[in-house]
Amino acid sequence: MQDLSTITDAIHSFLLSFLPGWLTTTVECVLIGVGLLLVYSLLALFYIYYERKVCAAFQCRIGPNRVGPWGLLQSFADMFKILIKELIHLNHIDKFLFALAPYLVIIASMLAFAVLPWGNGLQVIDFNIGIFFLVAVSSIGVLGILLAGWSSNNKFTLIGALRSGAQMVSYELSIGLCVLTMVCLAGTMSVGGIVEEQADLWFIFKGHVPAIIAFVIYMIAGTAETNRGPFDLPEAESELTAGYHTEYSGIHFGFFYLAEYLNLFIVAGVASLLFFGGWMPLHIPGWDSFNHIMDYIPSVVWFIGKAIALSFIIIWFKWTFPRLRIDQLLSLEWKYLLPINLFNLALMVCIIVFGWHF
Amino acid sequence: MPYEAFKDNEYIEKLVQQLKDSGTNVIVGSLDKLINWGRSNSLWPLTFATSCCGIEFVSLGAARFDMARFGWEVARASPRQADFIMVAGTIVNRMAPVLRRLYDQLAEPKYVIACGSCAISGGPFRKSYHVAQGIEDIVPVDVFVPGCPPRPEAMIYGIMQLSRKIKVEKFFGGVNRQEKQREFLETHPVEGVED
Amino acid sequence: MANFQEKIAKLFPEATFEGEDMLMISIPDAKWHDLALTLRDDADCSMDYLVTIVGMDWKDSLGSIYYLMSSKTNEMVGVKVVTTDRERPMLHSVADVWKVACLFEREVYDFFGIVFIGNPDMRRLFLSIDWKGFPLRKDYAEQNEVSVENERQSDMTDTYVELPDGTIEKKEVAVFEPGEFVVNIGPQHPATHGVLRFRTAVDGEEIKKIDVYMGYIHRGIEKLCEDLTYPQTLPFMDRMDYFSAHNYHHGLCIAIEKAAGIQISRRAEVIRVMMDELSRIASHCLFIGTYCMDLGATTMLFYTLRVREQILDIMEKTCGARMTFNYDCLGGVMQDIAPDFQKDVKELLEVLPKNIKEYNKIFTGNVIAKNRMEGVGYLSREDAIAYAVTGPSGRASNWACDMRKLRPYSIYSELDFEEVTATEGDSMARFKVRMREMEESAKILAQLVDNIPEGEYCVKVPKVLKLPVGRWFTVVEGCRGAFGVYIESDGATKPYRVKLAPPCLPLAGVVDHITRGTKIADLITIGGSLDYIVPDMDR
Repeated sequence: MQDLSTITDAIHSFLLSFLPGWLTTTVECVLIGVGLLLVYSLLALFYIYYERKVCAAFQCRIGPNRVGPWGLLQSFADMFKILIKELIHLNHIDKFLFALAPYLVIIASMLAFAVLPWGNGLQVIDFNIGIFFLVAVSSIGVLGILLAGWSSNNKFTLIGALRSGAQMVSYELSIGLCVLTMVCLAGTMSVGGIVEEQADLWFIFKGHVPAIIAFVIYMIAGTAETNRGPFDLPEAESELTAGYHTEYSGIHFGFFYLAEYLNLFIVAGVASLLFFGGWMPLHIPGWDSFNHIMDYIPSVVWFIGKAIALSFIIIWFKWTFPRLRIDQLLSLEWKYLLPINLFNLALMVCIIVFGWHF
Repeated sequence: MPYEAFKDNEYIEKLVQQLKDSGTNVIVGSLDKLINWGRSNSLWPLTFATSCCGIEFVSLGAARFDMARFGWEVARASPRQADFIMVAGTIVNRMAPVLRRLYDQLAEPKYVIACGSCAISGGPFRKSYHVAQGIEDIVPVDVFVPGCPPRPEAMIYGIMQLSRKIKVEKFFGGVNRQEKQREFLETHPVEGVED
Repeated sequence: MANFQEKIAKLFPEATFEGEDMLMISIPDAKWHDLALTLRDDADCSMDYLVTIVGMDWKDSLGSIYYLMSSKTNEMVGVKVVTTDRERPMLHSVADVWKVACLFEREVYDFFGIVFIGNPDMRRLFLSIDWKGFPLRKDYAEQNEVSVENERQSDMTDTYVELPDGTIEKKEVAVFEPGEFVVNIGPQHPATHGVLRFRTAVDGEEIKKIDVYMGYIHRGIEKLCEDLTYPQTLPFMDRMDYFSAHNYHHGLCIAIEKAAGIQISRRAEVIRVMMDELSRIASHCLFIGTYCMDLGATTMLFYTLRVREQILDIMEKTCGARMTFNYDCLGGVMQDIAPDFQKDVKELLEVLPKNIKEYNKIFTGNVIAKNRMEGVGYLSREDAIAYAVTGPSGRASNWACDMRKLRPYSIYSELDFEEVTATEGDSMARFKVRMREMEESAKILAQLVDNIPEGEYCVKVPKVLKLPVGRWFTVVEGCRGAFGVYIESDGATKPYRVKLAPPCLPLAGVVDHITRGTKIADLITIGGSLDYIVPDMDR
């Protein structure tokens, strides 16, 4: 398994050889920023294409195939268009908050990118409360959505925003408890530490029953967090036209559009971190040669591959299930998921205390 | 779709000729090309249907005709995010202000396709007391698709003509289409709406 | 029927009777409300279903013809009420007798300017608030331009009350309370199935009241028909409820053929019925698809459209069009069936059960779908009748209102099929009734596909068709409910008045009643399950 930190360390020492310390840090910050932005936008474009193709496959269609080979350039064309589309200036709105909201949403997902374990040694920052930080910043997004809905001065967006507020705040609880369950097993909150803990076996196998329960709940709550079907009430097209972003046009809408797909990636990425070992290859205790072969696959491929596979499940949800109603959505969380989650946490603690895990 | 496969369209030929005559700047020209490539390949319709043609538009999205192949399947319910209105169906007196309002709510660049004979001229209801005699008096139209209702194939052809028309637009400098549009909006004002 | 007539004659000596196949009672306006109550409540009559109100302009007088039907005996009667005052025509309202009358009377007011005393809501229905003139009057002259200015809005409605001393007073009533949070849903909205507009007063997510606005696709088909010869009126039927194009054609053809005394061949009858049932399957398929899409399960639409496309192929081979077929004509059908019609229908019958099974597997059994639909939008049998909710929606409320069974037309009386009803009356029941109706239609098709008799597909009909003086009313079963056709002829080649009573108008009228107290999301569920087609209700 190649440790990518050797490359980053090399760059660091190379910069340090002719730049003073503070400037090195600045240059590295800029480099990382640019790199993240690039990955961010490319991933988002890929995800848009991916979802359109997957959904087409479910619906016995072909999906985009005219723009570029296999329609690969379709989402690029969409992005070019959105970039230069008119930003409509509305009267009777809170202009500052209206403009701020899409940036809040996009910043929330950007920040979450910083702690994802992209590969062996390829992580922007690995600090001791990494996973806690991730949960914290991902909840900034709801603020953006609330502001977007409220500042648009439109009844549809207001209803959409309030739905979204109620939904996100509730499901944050489930996500938090799922994460807590897995942190119990890992014994650390550092993202790097969690990945290292899974070097011999992924948590979903290691933690068996409680881990699987936590995984299922996490996928449900994660889908709700990303406002995707069947939990897409804030933007329920058949009810609220476009929900909280009804009044947004041009690149402001583009930000919401991108953030939706990026959040999908983040949720899938965190799921792969917590349950499927992040960038850690599939290792089975005792099968040394198998483990060795697995190590040849680069860690970045492992992480992104897992995330894409997991997001396939979330896309599958969206194109299969009908939408829930707001009261059903909330009762699902508060009456079912939350108690199960609490019980599951206790179960996990018992299993760790008695050493029943693998 | 090869260029020859299109039926002869004098209007677009004239536009292209005009462009060639005036010549284009290398940098601006290639930027224009890029922008037009993006715009013409990413046409998002507004979900707007009043009657029968709307059902054919649904069929257009379904598996047999699959407009997703061209990237048109991202139908937006909010006019702020759509690129063109497919006026699928009859527009009556009461709907006319609504259509105009939707058009005003679209973000630039915006296009209109008049789909079906009702939207073109009033169709079978031309003599009625409550039907607009074509939508040309209400919004500027880019492409007309005849039929009652047009077959989905005809709709695909119509949208492709629109995308072809966008390809010869100029974003920097003189904008062919927008001048015409401005002219239209000046001659058909709506009270209390600034363009 | 005879003793029924005697009873009315005894109670209301002013009433006069006419008509052969259907009884037509004429009554002065002053007695009309009493007669209405008697007709509804009397055990012998129990005329609890108001089919339609036909507004009329006889040049020297204005009036309304009420067509009533009994849900017990299936008898129909007409009641004619006339006023000679053309300047301020007024009749007494029966909105308190039949709830659906409120909507029908607004329509008559809109077209003829007849004010109904006692109707709580006397606004225009289809035309905008500032519309000049009453378009279906014979002396109406074009005086309204197409405008792009937004139409004037008003939260007030008029109502006319009769004071004890006989004078009529006009009162203004507010539709919404001041301070209510009113959300405007439509006319351009993905879930309204066309251009319908709901002004919805909500309290949080809960709906307090809905005010329905129609007319965004009102094309004045009835008035257009008055200027056309009888065969020329037929193509408009394709463009009302475009899913029941064949059924509506069938209805109008029956009405005209009955009036002209044309007897069509059995081959034509069989072909017509087969086309009707094919449309019904295609229509219900699209219903399932769009309904699931409204609920968020987009993928179902693509699976149901697959079957619909197959049916459209069959129709296209025979009729030459995908949607506006114009196939049924006076005397039979336009062309003979395509050579492989029978083969195609058999293929369809083979794949249909598999598809229905698949739909049930994907959607009907889904726990989210169950939660969204079960118990949502309950409509009782009494309300279904009072609001004239016919078709699958009415049958889901356990009201057997299938015109194919109640008043069999064409060859339906010979066919073996079941009238699908359900007792639950909720959205799930409406959904399931349609699912099962597809199976029943398939059953009808299976009986007929090998039994298409030889013969001519269209009998000779005189080129210039003149109907005798008189009036005819026919009800057929469209895909969404009872479709009534009223024709009045003055002996010319053109109809004096054509009234098309669509099933979707009452469906939209009942939305307010069943959505009160539900959530916004339920409005979409309920609206979808009622399955109204806006061009049909607006005409």
